[in-house]
Amino acid sequence: MKPDSIFNALDISHYVYLSCVLFCIGLFGVLMRRNAIVLLMCIELMLNAVNLLFAAFSSYMGDASGQLFVFFIMVVAAAEAAVGLAILVMVYRNTKSTDVGFLNNLKG
Amino acid sequence: MQYLSVLVLGLPIEFLVLSFITILCALYVVTNKNPIHSVLALILTFFSISAHYIILNAQFLAIVNLIVYAGAIMVLFLFVLMLLNLNKDSEPQTKMGWQVAAAIAAGLLLVVLAASLHKSSEYVSRNPVEGVGLVKNLGKYLFSEFLVPFELSGILFLAAMVGAVLLGKRKSNEESTEMEDKAQ
Repeated sequence: MKPDSIFNALDISHYVYLSCVLFCIGLFGVLMRRNAIVLLMCIELMLNAVNLLFAAFSSYMGDASGQLFVFFIMVVAAAEAAVGLAILVMVYRNTKSTDVGFLNNLKG
Repeated sequence: MQYLSVLVLGLPIEFLVLSFITILCALYVVTNKNPIHSVLALILTFFSISAHYIILNAQFLAIVNLIVYAGAIMVLFLFVLMLLNLNKDSEPQTKMGWQVAAAIAAGLLLVVLAASLHKSSEYVSRNPVEGVGLVKNLGKYLFSEFLVPFELSGILFLAAMVGAVLLGKRKSNEESTEMEDKAQ
């Protein structure tokens, strides 16, 4: 089956549902996990859900802007991952843990 | 349940299998205790999202997604996890109450999002254009309409790179005391 025929059989709402589910799974991870590196991974998952929705709307409407937005989101995600991981490595050096609970000490 | 079957019936089997893999891998990322397994499952999720991009005729995005996300960012995550030697034993535990609360909160958001967006197809005119996701077309947009954001993202990358190097570097006095410790 060619991709085109699959695309024609699908409605935009199916991609909306899929993206919503992925976003909520990412949110669930951010709320539930305490390992800071896994939190960053869940944020990447949420960003990807948004990317998928951007690409779906862009393809359905025949507008290339949506796909360029995805491109820029990827740039921001790469920068965010690099800086976030550098901060986490530094935190690990000081506390010997990546548990976000330790970061409570930052307050005040 | 009836609503769910209406949602799923009549869809191409390829889309259903791909979506199933995507959601299953995403759930595995979130619920798995071992961070290394989480990273590997996240890579699988990105692969299946790339397949979705190919269905959507966004070929350039599919390749970039593989190279940037599955290739570069996830290797960075895996590298840091192995550098810090994190595994199942060092994984902090979450209280059961927190887990239930997180599941309820995320589920409620899902219900709200799905309910508010379930008529979205009525507002989107279906107007697919041939070759909208190819490099030629996207490049034309990127270097005309989106030139300023493109240059700004270059500056953002430079700032992020400098910041990451600066944050990752040890302080010089810290280094010297460590060297003294080693010497003693």
